[in-house]
Amino acid sequence: MTWFLTHLPQLGGLMATHAVLAVLPLLIGLVVALPLGWLAQRYRWLRAPLVAGTGLLYTIPSLALFVLMPLVLGTGILDPVNVVIALSVYTVALLVRTVTDGLAAVPGEVVQAATAMGVGPVRRFFTVELPLAVPVIAAGLRVAAVSNVSVVSVAALLGIAQLGSLFTDGFARDFVDPIVVGIGACMVLALALDVVILAASRVLTPWTRRGRTV
Amino acid sequence: MRLIWSWLADPANWTGSGGIPVRTLEHLGYAGVTLLLAALIGIPLGLWIGHTGRGRVVVVNVVNGMRSVPTLGLLFVAVLVLGPRLGGDLAFLAPAIIVLVILAIPPILAGAYSGVESVDPAARDAARGMGMRPLEVLRRVEVPCALPLIFSGLRSAALQVIATATLTASVSLGGLGRFLIDGQAYRDYGQMAGGALLVAVLAVLVDLIFAAVQRAAVSPGLLPTTSRRSIRTRLVPDPA
Amino acid sequence: MKKKLSIAVAMAATMLLSACASGDPLASPSATTSTGSSSSAAAVAITVGSANFPESELLAELYAGALEAKGVSVTKKLNIASRETYVPALTKGEIDLIPEYTGAFAKYLNADADTSDEQAALASLQAALPKTLTALQPAAAQDKDSITVTRATADKYSLKTIEDLAPVAGQLVLGGPPEWKSRSYGVPGLKKAYGLTFKDFKALDVAGPLTVQALKNGQVQAANLFTTDPAIKANDFVSLEDTKSFFGAQNVIPVLTASKATPEVTAALNGVSAKLDTDTLATLVTKVVVDKQDASAVAAEWLTANGLG
Repeated sequence: MTWFLTHLPQLGGLMATHAVLAVLPLLIGLVVALPLGWLAQRYRWLRAPLVAGTGLLYTIPSLALFVLMPLVLGTGILDPVNVVIALSVYTVALLVRTVTDGLAAVPGEVVQAATAMGVGPVRRFFTVELPLAVPVIAAGLRVAAVSNVSVVSVAALLGIAQLGSLFTDGFARDFVDPIVVGIGACMVLALALDVVILAASRVLTPWTRRGRTV
Repeated sequence: MRLIWSWLADPANWTGSGGIPVRTLEHLGYAGVTLLLAALIGIPLGLWIGHTGRGRVVVVNVVNGMRSVPTLGLLFVAVLVLGPRLGGDLAFLAPAIIVLVILAIPPILAGAYSGVESVDPAARDAARGMGMRPLEVLRRVEVPCALPLIFSGLRSAALQVIATATLTASVSLGGLGRFLIDGQAYRDYGQMAGGALLVAVLAVLVDLIFAAVQRAAVSPGLLPTTSRRSIRTRLVPDPA
Repeated sequence: MKKKLSIAVAMAATMLLSACASGDPLASPSATTSTGSSSSAAAVAITVGSANFPESELLAELYAGALEAKGVSVTKKLNIASRETYVPALTKGEIDLIPEYTGAFAKYLNADADTSDEQAALASLQAALPKTLTALQPAAAQDKDSITVTRATADKYSLKTIEDLAPVAGQLVLGGPPEWKSRSYGVPGLKKAYGLTFKDFKALDVAGPLTVQALKNGQVQAANLFTTDPAIKANDFVSLEDTKSFFGAQNVIPVLTASKATPEVTAALNGVSAKLDTDTLATLVTKVVVDKQDASAVAAEWLTANGLG
């Protein structure tokens, strides 16, 4: 407890870095997964290869991805960009299936009604299909957020400073306090992201909150 | 790519106590023990929660909490705390397995209770109507109907465990993670990438095996590929 | 619909901006108030790195503190695994300065380097360094690798020196950091110099709690520990004598990018090296590892006490 109190500023800094490293990939991953998921849902023959193919990316161990990124991207060995890109890959792997399922769950009648009203395909996607798919996509995003927070900590094995650094430091000194505080901070961060995504999902889907008027 | 190929093609990497076959078997061993223990804990608990409906809120929240625990941190704490209290190889093996089991329980538990909850109420009703007692209903109706989701939970857990078991190499365990940690320690990219590829291949293979077992174990009526129409045509003869 | 979408975008942007606002997190964290990006034309900016064990981190903190006292702006990137990872980063310029050990680094760069005594080790290192790097003055402090066994093992096989291991090595498991398996001063080197072929090699951590535990547990019978490690005395371990000087002289020495070795930088770092002897280093390491004090705090205390901070 005393360790926690005496190291609050340091903890805050590490948590902020950790948050950015976990959240940026969520945004990047979402932007990449949306068109991929749309393709998979629209063209049936693309569905299996896209979903299975991206799902395969999730099986690559995180440490390997972090270390091999500089070779692939030409970035520096210690560059945090490696972590962001690697986690974006994981986020895409998790989200493509979710986006596909979410878009597929949109009731056919609604889509047809929109088309009948003269709404063009692009506008229909953004104003009808996507909003209706938000609950499912948000659920996937929450899982990705929690997973990202945990995986970012592995980058500490390469010296990238974030909450995981508390783990390696504590382990090297046989000192449990920083590790426990780090675990707690990760869990708090994961919870915070979970709540924010849930809240955003609610804000974007007001119809689920209104009582039935008819 | 060339690096991976030259590492994989080198026969020296396939022999000896640090070779690919040995490490793969070790890895499967860790994963197998973990999944077994996690299933022994998660499935009965999940079935009970789904069947009785009790304790759901508490368990769901605890399970979600468990999902957010960073595995590396938990691994280090477990080794520091439990290691000195155990002797020999167990000092590092036991904490690692415990942490992996904690990782594997949430998906298995969730699969079990959501599987039971998703059982068609009509089927449950019919079973009770036939005079089955609660345990019988569970065993003969709810579990078979819940199997698809139970399997889904097991597969999800297997994937996570196989990928995460690589971290245990950082606390001196064997398994395919050894290639990652050692490769990173001496910047042998071929070894690292080769190890990563092996883990991915192993995960896919295990998933395929699970899929095959699932196909064999789950009643055809529950398979997503079996549509209503095909059941009807199988049961009702064509009107001549 | 559009209003809700814009609210969501605004929320996401706020979340991101607030995370960014607490400093530029994608740049490495700096302990000083001056960030690396605002270096004046006269003063130089140095990025200090360290290896992934507490003593290296402590030395990096000592260097960083001394440099800041002379007005150099410092960024720290600590715990960067082992030489195989941070040496490329050093040569590429991702880090500028790292605390090193004369003998070990010389052997890393040149497997046949002569590191039998302090002068030879220093000369070998200076000869082996690439042109873009330079080494400043070494400290008197030495921290050597060792092969350490438990008191029980030493008594059982009557072990005093590493040579005594030759007949019994085949029955013993050696423990060390993963990189030892391939390094010239690790497993292959021990075989060449002492004719030691161990039953097996177990990859543990960098002479940390994992190695100590494995030695205590009996998972390994001989392990690589650093000579300044307080755990050796605390557990009544026996470090075997290195009669052939295989591990060589290991004076602590700052290695940095040659172009950054300005007069202030050189003065600051040599000032630290001048006052650092083995006992001092061991005491400081004990404060970090046993008393669990922060490396940065221990470093700051010592620098102030010695007029360098």
